[in-house]
Amino acid sequence: MEQETKDLINNEILKNEVCLFMKGTPDAPQCGFSMAVSNMLKILEVDYKGINVLESQSLREGIKEFSDWPTIPQLYIKNEFVGGCDIVKEMYETGELKKLLSEKKIKHKE
Amino acid sequence: MAMDLKEIEALIKEALPDAVIEIQDLAGDSNHYSATVTSSKFSGKTKIEQHKMVYNSLKGKMGNELHALAIKTKE
Repeated sequence: MEQETKDLINNEILKNEVCLFMKGTPDAPQCGFSMAVSNMLKILEVDYKGINVLESQSLREGIKEFSDWPTIPQLYIKNEFVGGCDIVKEMYETGELKKLLSEKKIKHKE
Repeated sequence: MAMDLKEIEALIKEALPDAVIEIQDLAGDSNHYSATVTSSKFSGKTKIEQHKMVYNSLKGKMGNELHALAIKTKE
């Protein structure tokens, strides 16, 4: 991965407490899995930054290498990789996601 | 780009021999699957680690030949 891509990813996850690397944007997701995670964050009224990996091929490939995770979307909370769609969905359903948000002191709907 | 259900099952089984695997072809297009994998090898691992074990068993096919595989892991 190029240093520039790595710096860009690092910068985003440090700057944004909740950061979602996704296909498309929160308003116009381009993939069902990205839309699912995006919607869960919206339901929980979490303020998050959506980063559209389709805008850059180097970012699209770079984020997979960065997280050592082969799929998109990827959710980061406070500089920590939380998981992809399946894990976030499971955490949402079990209430673990809310718990994590509370632990990390991220504002969300109770 | 598509992958046979049996091929996915065989690759997971190779990496996790004790696994009980249930795979569904969600759209009937050999491209969107869901897999529930139960293995004792997941014990003591985080969800991220468990899912990575399944991804790794697919030897780089995930995200390439295989477009979508929803994973659920159980100990």
